[in-house]
Amino acid sequence: METKANKVQSTLLLLFFIGLSILTLLPFAAILLASFKPSSELLRFGLNLKIQPELLTLSNYEYIFTEGKRFLVWYKNSIFITLLFTVFSIFVSSMVGYALAVYNFKGKTLIFTLVLLSLMIPVEIMMLPLYKEMIFMKLVNTYWGVILPFLATPYAIFFFRQYALGLPKGLIDAARVDGCTEIGIYFRIMAPLMVPAFGSMAILQAMHSWNNFLWPLIVLRTEDMFTIPIGLAGLLSPYGNNYDLLISGSVLSVLPILVVFLFFQRYFISGLTLGGVKG
Amino acid sequence: MARGEIVYNEAKKVSVRKETKVKKFLFSPKTAPYIFIFPFVVTFVAFFLYPLIETVRMSFYEIYPGESTFVGLENYKRLWNPEFFTALQNSFLYTILTLVVLIPLPLFLSVFLNSKALPGRNVFRSALFVPVLTSVIVGGIIFKLMFAESDMALANSILGKLGFEPQQWLLGRETGMFLMVLLASWRWMGVNILYFLAGLQNIPKELYEAAEMDGAGRIKQFLLITVPLLKPVTVYVLTISIFAGLRMFEESYVFWQNHSPSDIGLTVVGYIYRQGFEFNDMGFGAAIGVALLIIVLVINLFQLKFTGTFKQED
Repeated sequence: METKANKVQSTLLLLFFIGLSILTLLPFAAILLASFKPSSELLRFGLNLKIQPELLTLSNYEYIFTEGKRFLVWYKNSIFITLLFTVFSIFVSSMVGYALAVYNFKGKTLIFTLVLLSLMIPVEIMMLPLYKEMIFMKLVNTYWGVILPFLATPYAIFFFRQYALGLPKGLIDAARVDGCTEIGIYFRIMAPLMVPAFGSMAILQAMHSWNNFLWPLIVLRTEDMFTIPIGLAGLLSPYGNNYDLLISGSVLSVLPILVVFLFFQRYFISGLTLGGVKG
Repeated sequence: MARGEIVYNEAKKVSVRKETKVKKFLFSPKTAPYIFIFPFVVTFVAFFLYPLIETVRMSFYEIYPGESTFVGLENYKRLWNPEFFTALQNSFLYTILTLVVLIPLPLFLSVFLNSKALPGRNVFRSALFVPVLTSVIVGGIIFKLMFAESDMALANSILGKLGFEPQQWLLGRETGMFLMVLLASWRWMGVNILYFLAGLQNIPKELYEAAEMDGAGRIKQFLLITVPLLKPVTVYVLTISIFAGLRMFEESYVFWQNHSPSDIGLTVVGYIYRQGFEFNDMGFGAAIGVALLIIVLVINLFQLKFTGTFKQED
């Protein structure tokens, strides 16, 4: 009796979660299906799940390589910005987090407080002077204008600090005795131990940068500098004569992150949970 | 010649000594941390502290290209207008609604996703997590098209089958808010589940065993053990959700490009963007920013006080 009741419960639970997962993934299925239909259909009828084999076409994807070449430019910009931001921000943030965890120095508490403080203040409120600064530094409409202000990411610093706190400090003393410099200790001994942390933060920072919207919207002024989200949002005019590009572009913009997620799922998860829940 | 050589060698020694001194200074355990934190200090001062102070300063000025005049509290007085109230109302309503959905639901779901009674739970965890990988823009594009006006579009066709009238989702105040909250919930559900799952790992199993022996049912166990012991995680999720809710911009931008009918989608950040960048009224935009900053800080303080986070940190 007991086990039978358990089985029923288990089956109900299973069915419920299958239903919930289908609902969650439904939007992806809908857009994938729509990307193989003529865009005029989409403009007239919106997204639906009707499979109409007689309508299926690759024209939306072909469009990208003919008239819609600007999408390839946006793709290139997104890749460059994501790579630059990810590499430099985890480099800078890891060093700060490491120093906060390993050393005792004057002003350490102050620096750590500032990191926490900048986690509590939304950057959106200071966009206006920040934009004026970008004008002054001649960084408007450049990759560096998008990246530079956010290189030292508070969340990543916090994450690296948490991670570095768990590293064996004995190694540092041993290396000092061997005459290794502090910088050398970081690069040769400690950084290699932090590889999992680098993995988690690289993936989170890359995802953030790939999907980032408001700041690039402000800094990037001309279409040849747009990233994918800025370019796609620009196609959302109510007159909608760009739906072919809108829909195939949307699919192609999600694809790389999905692939990365499939291979590196656990880095996503540890990156999100270590900093937050234990902190 | 011999003398010259000696002088040369001496000079070399001095320079070597100097070099090692510089090296020692640069790489000693005393100075190294300052080298490590240097980039943070520079970016913090240049791209955080300075713009923060500048925002406050600008909020007291009327700013034209090339010149600005001190106007005292004039920009703040201008905040007393229906547009700003609409923005505030939308931002707060959105925040509250996302909290109502995105805290109890993931908490509840995570308990099942943690239970051995559910086969294949890792697959479900991943499936629910996938939406956060998409940008708000792409997610919003999909939702916008699913909720298009045509009665053939997904949402309206379902309504039609159920015997309801098709809706103009993007034109109504309630339906517009519904879409923004739905988009946020769809994207964040999996992440919040993840937080709660991580919290559940820290609850000792013995507690449940003891409760079972005392005859406490599942629901009682959930309410008396799970919920209270998940409090730290709940506080964390609450904090980041309020923060994310009050700074919301993109969920609205993707549906209306910051120009929604009778401002049904206008948020506080959207209002900064409109006044500061679209109308070039930077002083007023800065004043809106300061108002938002004060709101966020006050809420933070209240929260820290009531949830006892200060005590935990000590």
